[in-house]
Amino acid sequence: MGGVFRKLGRMAINGVWQLGFITRFLWLILVYSGQSFTRLHLTIRELYFSGVLSLLIILVSGLFVGLVLGLQGYEILQRYGSTEAMGTLVALSLLRELGPVVAGLLFASRAGSAVTAEIGLMKVTEQLKAMDMMAVSPIARVVAPRFWGGVISMPLLAALFSTMGIFGGWLIGVVFIGVDHGAFWGQMQSAVDFQYDVLNGVYKSFAFGVAVALIAVFEGYDCVPTAEGVSRAITRTVVSSALAILALDFVMTSFMFRGL
Amino acid sequence: MSRTTLDLWVGVFVAMGIAALLFLALKVGSISGSEIQSPYTLRANFDNIGGLKLRAPVKSSGVVVGRVEQIRYDNERFQAEVVFTVDGRYKFPTDTFANILTSGLLGEQYLGLDPGGEEKTLAPGEVIKKTQSAVVLEKLISQFMFGKAEGDSAPAK
Repeated sequence: MGGVFRKLGRMAINGVWQLGFITRFLWLILVYSGQSFTRLHLTIRELYFSGVLSLLIILVSGLFVGLVLGLQGYEILQRYGSTEAMGTLVALSLLRELGPVVAGLLFASRAGSAVTAEIGLMKVTEQLKAMDMMAVSPIARVVAPRFWGGVISMPLLAALFSTMGIFGGWLIGVVFIGVDHGAFWGQMQSAVDFQYDVLNGVYKSFAFGVAVALIAVFEGYDCVPTAEGVSRAITRTVVSSALAILALDFVMTSFMFRGL
Repeated sequence: MSRTTLDLWVGVFVAMGIAALLFLALKVGSISGSEIQSPYTLRANFDNIGGLKLRAPVKSSGVVVGRVEQIRYDNERFQAEVVFTVDGRYKFPTDTFANILTSGLLGEQYLGLDPGGEEKTLAPGEVIKKTQSAVVLEKLISQFMFGKAEGDSAPAK
């Protein structure tokens, strides 16, 4: 019986300790960012690995999500004889929720896990220590470029996801089913507000980018330097990023979209 | 440092992302700030605003000419005061009539402006005096039932 409470207490203390460490880590990344931006090619390289290489999965999934939204939206809207509202339905659901959230989840499992594995393996092979001994800060050289690569690519990937999704919805609605082309775009344009819908979606994807990139670099940096430790760190990255994205999404939605 | 193919791919990626953002901003959404130019505010008092909401459209002849900015309760007159902005390109006569209307049977409510025939136009900040409240469905039904009861009893006499 006492063992359970001891375990709970240890978990709570560990959680608080972890939270403090991750906050200090974020602060360190921001402090060393200036130093790492003087070697911009490092950040551009990470932008390639987390952004460009995630493009394919993001574009294809965005297209499929849009196609499904088109089919399901049509199925429901035609019961009320308002299939022209399909553009609005597809655009709003993608811009406000699905774009940032699904792109964030895909990004965490595609790019976040890779970043954790890379940094974790560097720690296992003691490359990070070697850098420290050569008076090269591993945070400026390794961590900050990967963090900024994630933060910059995430909003762009979410925007591409939404664009592909709207294209998919258009494909199903206008090309295959035959919803009127003008009504599809016209209703969408009159219902979607730039600030309220588009910008709020961009803010969301930016926040998710910060969360995923921070968790990924932190778990890699903090991992137990063994083969098992790295694999656990990768698992933790994917799980905690997914939870962080969904929790942040709820909080941000409750602030942003409250129907005035 | 020389340019590499990696830089090219990153450039393509960033350009695509920015193009997607522009597409979302211009083609999917409409930038709301630009449609109302140099707005001025007007006020109107209503007995009942029904379900009028903030940022509801202000329409004249069905065209959106402004937005509702503020709704508050005037405790002196015991009336609702609606403050709204109107596009600076449009001027309305002083005897303009303000109604609260509903688009469709279940649609959103909006503020309709019916211009009168006066020469003078409303200056910014002025109050529209001629107003008509929102139609409250319950009142309408009770009036209809009351009127109907009277109508039935009349020929019986």
